Amino acid sequence: MYIYDEYDNSILRQRIAQFRGQTERFLAGELPPEQFLPLRLQNGLYVQRLAPMLRINVPYGMINSTQIRKLAHIARFYDKGYCHVSTRQNIQYNWPDLTEVPDILSELADVGMHGTQSSGNCIRNTTSDQFAGVAPDEIIDPRPYCEIIRQWSSFHPEFAFLPRKFKIAVTGSTRDRAAVQVHDIGLQVVFNDKGEVGFKVFVGGGLGRTPVIGVAIRNFLPEEDLLSYLEAILRVYNLYGRRDNKYKARIKILVRALTPEVFAQKVEDEWQHLKDGSNKLTRTEIERAKGFFTAPAYETIDNSAAQAVVDAQAADSVAFSKWLQRNVREHKIPGYAAVTLSLKPTGVAPGDITDSQLEIIANLADEFSFSEARTTHEQNIVLADVKKTELFNLWQKAKAAGFATPNIGTITDIICCPGGDFCSLANAKSIPIAEAIQRQFDDLDYVYDLGDIDLNISGCMNACGHHHVGHIGILGVDKAGKEFYQVQLGGSASNDASLGDVLGPSFSAEDMPTVIQKLVDVYLVNRTQEELFIDTYRRIGAAPFKEKVYAKAN
Amino acid sequence: MPKLIKDGSIVENTWIFIAKPEGDIAALEVPAGQVIIPVGTWLAQKETLQTRADIGVWLDSDDSAELIGAEANRFAVIGVNFPLFMDGRSFSTARLLRERYGFTGELRAVGNFIRDQLCYLRRCGVNAFAFANPETNLEDAVKSLQDFQEYYQASVDQPLPLFRRRA
Repeated sequence: MYIYDEYDNSILRQRIAQFRGQTERFLAGELPPEQFLPLRLQNGLYVQRLAPMLRINVPYGMINSTQIRKLAHIARFYDKGYCHVSTRQNIQYNWPDLTEVPDILSELADVGMHGTQSSGNCIRNTTSDQFAGVAPDEIIDPRPYCEIIRQWSSFHPEFAFLPRKFKIAVTGSTRDRAAVQVHDIGLQVVFNDKGEVGFKVFVGGGLGRTPVIGVAIRNFLPEEDLLSYLEAILRVYNLYGRRDNKYKARIKILVRALTPEVFAQKVEDEWQHLKDGSNKLTRTEIERAKGFFTAPAYETIDNSAAQAVVDAQAADSVAFSKWLQRNVREHKIPGYAAVTLSLKPTGVAPGDITDSQLEIIANLADEFSFSEARTTHEQNIVLADVKKTELFNLWQKAKAAGFATPNIGTITDIICCPGGDFCSLANAKSIPIAEAIQRQFDDLDYVYDLGDIDLNISGCMNACGHHHVGHIGILGVDKAGKEFYQVQLGGSASNDASLGDVLGPSFSAEDMPTVIQKLVDVYLVNRTQEELFIDTYRRIGAAPFKEKVYAKAN
Repeated sequence: MPKLIKDGSIVENTWIFIAKPEGDIAALEVPAGQVIIPVGTWLAQKETLQTRADIGVWLDSDDSAELIGAEANRFAVIGVNFPLFMDGRSFSTARLLRERYGFTGELRAVGNFIRDQLCYLRRCGVNAFAFANPETNLEDAVKSLQDFQEYYQASVDQPLPLFRRRA
């Protein structure tokens, strides 16, 4: 993974000194709260319902064991002993003391971490595929480009006061696991017919109040033009994006108002001035970035022999075989596998993790996966490079630490925002709904039989829980001061991205487990042998689901 | 006489800032002396004003740099306005004036920008800072110009991105 050099370190230290000064001026009453607000946000610090919340970037989800141990230390020393993996691959602390934030940031800087631009109206942390570099379906590793974007976007002098937040995601695989079509800019790394590397560029996607699937404004952007083209898009957005209404300020509104064709033309015109400037990437820089993401020291392993070992172990242990089935993925290197540690056991807020669990993950990463791990936007942790012959050993250790719930991709692997328990924006609680649904679906064999179902919960229309792109999406709403839940069906964040349709009137919290059960029942009755929930919904439509859920009790 | 920050020092402000009038911007009466007038007034009265050397113009955040780009270098001073400090359009406008239109005179931030934006503004080519808030402590503010001394991006003050300079 990328390692900070003296330049990165000195820039980050300058930022911390700047923020320390700003915090001191705020505490001394010299910096008014309304001016401190965007400054603290751009350093990751929110003021939440109960306490501040500090969001730490995990650039495109890559993290090493030293960094994980530092996160554990921060959780223990400055917070209440736990933190939270967010739906954008970042880490959130819920109880830091404002006056200690500069110290926390300084400690994080020791291991090359920070909260820079993790919030505010600026370019946020670039996200990517948690299986980058190891997925068998990968065309090109997206991480070197993510890192190039990270450097370009960090402390960019022109784009720190945009109309609204700005999110970029990059994927390099056939199957999009980074949800690039629901980002302000989505980049898909592709080859053209001459075998050259470039990007398909999507703009104007996003969730929130006005969910939109992004449109492709360029089918092939040569890799060396990446930064000049991004700069052109950002400049057009900065100059023409709406600033009169924060709910209409995202780039998706501008793209729609201008039409994608006109927007694309404006970007093209701006880019003509920029494309041959100094931002044109050099071969040296691309190779330098790639040099940080080379393959670790994989052993040469006979895959079929390794698989035979695993198969024999699985034959002896049903629990292990279930875990293999759900939490272990194929790897492009023979004899290796990618493992997802589930942060979704029933009864724990999805994505929450304690200080001692973090240390266990750091140890597991050291022992099994070249000291690296990845955070996922589904709020789990991946160990990407595990020898197949070590899987059983890893499983036992993960199980003892509570990370081996074999539910990845199932209805209980719920994506869930912090909701009304923590967030001051939320209309309703989300964590208790997730837990109630997990309890409803507590029979693992039944859950496996249901197959892959993305169930996503947001506590308000800001959609941090990505409810629009869940196969089943749940949105917390406020009705005359009471919490209700609206259900949407048919969303997807994959290559066939789609937004869910609202099923009908909302439900009370107590009704939710039964409602979800009824939806699942309709699927079970109607599915063909090969169909997942989303496929059945797309084939039969909303009517049978509505009928069942809203049927008058007899 | 009010002061401002220019090229890193605190100096006398010898230019009078003319705000937009309530009524017709084209009909604004331009006083004698060194004045910075709204771009709308300049465009409307160009024929009579163009003989004067003591005219500067200012662009509001929704005025395009293109309005005066071609003739930018006839002005000793161009202002870029911040109606609110969160309105970041003038960062782009400043860069365009410097990088696209080659403006070499004084590029002055005016309005409600804040001290904490000075470093980024400087990077975008702004070299003079006239705070609307008269209570701003300029001695303190000037320190923020140097919040960063190293950068990743190419900009007006450092035309090469770090990746072209990295040893």
